[in-house]
Amino acid sequence: MASIDGALLDFKRLDQLAAGDTVMHRLDPRAKVLATLVFIVSVVSFGRYELSALIPFFVFPAAVIGLGDLPAGYLIRKIALICPFALVVGMFNPIFDSAVMLQLGPLAISGGWFSCASIVVRAALTVSAAIILVAVTGFPAICRAMERLGMPAAFAMQLVFLHRYIFVLTEEGGRAARARELRSFGKNGRGMASYASLLGHLLLRTWLRAERIHMAMLARGFTGAFHTRELSRFGARELIFLFSWSTLCIVLRLHNAAQLLGSQVTGLFR
Amino acid sequence: MSHHIVEVKNLRHVYPDGTAALREVSFRITHGESVAIIGANGAGKSTLLLHLNGYLPPSAGEIRIGDLPLNQGTLPEIRRTVGMVFQDPDDQLFMPTVYDDVAFGPVNLGLSGAELESCVTAALERVGAGHLVKKAPYHLSGGEKKRVAIATVLAMSPDILVMDEPTSGLDPYARRQLIGLLREFHHTKIFTSHDLDMVLELCERTIVLDGGEVRADGPTREIFRNEALLAECRLEKPLSMQGCPVCGSGSLLGPPFEKGKAGHHH
Repeated sequence: MASIDGALLDFKRLDQLAAGDTVMHRLDPRAKVLATLVFIVSVVSFGRYELSALIPFFVFPAAVIGLGDLPAGYLIRKIALICPFALVVGMFNPIFDSAVMLQLGPLAISGGWFSCASIVVRAALTVSAAIILVAVTGFPAICRAMERLGMPAAFAMQLVFLHRYIFVLTEEGGRAARARELRSFGKNGRGMASYASLLGHLLLRTWLRAERIHMAMLARGFTGAFHTRELSRFGARELIFLFSWSTLCIVLRLHNAAQLLGSQVTGLFR
Repeated sequence: MSHHIVEVKNLRHVYPDGTAALREVSFRITHGESVAIIGANGAGKSTLLLHLNGYLPPSAGEIRIGDLPLNQGTLPEIRRTVGMVFQDPDDQLFMPTVYDDVAFGPVNLGLSGAELESCVTAALERVGAGHLVKKAPYHLSGGEKKRVAIATVLAMSPDILVMDEPTSGLDPYARRQLIGLLREFHHTKIFTSHDLDMVLELCERTIVLDGGEVRADGPTREIFRNEALLAECRLEKPLSMQGCPVCGSGSLLGPPFEKGKAGHHH
């Protein structure tokens, strides 16, 4: 279970990054959530063969990492973990879509390769935006921001609880899996059957815990409304941040900056 | 002040599956008393505690906290009066940060602004956890979690403190610190515990539960000397009252109890 425990520790580190105190950290979470949303929508709304126009979008994660003083290597490793999954999604495209789109001398590149690469790049962009958002804002603050932006309070509360107890649950699951492994002596134990009952136990335990938590909430005067402190406000800085990034994303979406730059550069040498 | 009185009369609780967890439990705990409720696993300790702040409704019998009978109408007031610290602090610390968690109760009571701030700070300082205020609960050690859990309850300024197994899962040092902390509280205190040495140190009175009934109720020292009773209830003398394991001579805390003079030499 070393891997699960390790992954968990890593996740906690992502959480600790949110405790930083930089320009990015001090921005109202709502501005960051909205800017990330505009960014993600711009990225995913491109056509399936688009590749070069996506590249300039890397400026957003790069800028936030820089301004937020985040450890780039650590975040890139996190993002790289997702890329294989994106690759699986796109890996059959080159086989099914063999119409040639680009001829580089003797090398013919089919549309399938473009769409496959486009999927991977988009995944890298959107996942990095999401991870970086968590790293400069913190999950609970994101939930609060979404609530203030109009998400139903019940959802926000559930997300906060999910985030609080995912650590407890993973630790519990890790312990149960370790106990199973230690008594199966390198063989596969009773295979899937033992996992089924293990999961059942986890579910029951979660249920009981939920009941105890509810009890603890009632004991402290919980009546259904979830109050949280409102610390930040949406000021001029937030407005400028949101406006400039949204504008940049929309401009990059409408104009292929990479191509423009390319033609500028080639025009220079002509 | 009749405010800090806990009175339980002929309390009976039957779980939906038909198990009678409590039968005819009666006792009266007065202002400032420190009382331990001990008993074997399944004796009904936890079930009893859950009645004290109205989480479980009694099947029969009556509970009074201060001047108020426990019923739906008095529940909010009683839940403020009776501060309940649960056994597993992970159940009690459910908010994203220690601050939010300690503030949860006071906010529900209507506090805000500077008043809330000072209430939270005071509660955390009281348990020596002021430096943890910004941390997330899952970044705390076991002992720290326990202290913060106590602070969440202190922040509501309860008159009565109810704690389920306060010392379970703590290392000896953290346990010692916690005992020191609890000794300083002047609330009416009710503990359940299997840590009988802690009971001996903190509680002048002990109630023994067995099979959902009160088997004994009296001064802690007297109850712990009654070996037949303890054995029947699946308990045993606290270690500090047992003979020396090296030479077999009498207990470290032999009667009469005099701290400091109790040690003996080999």
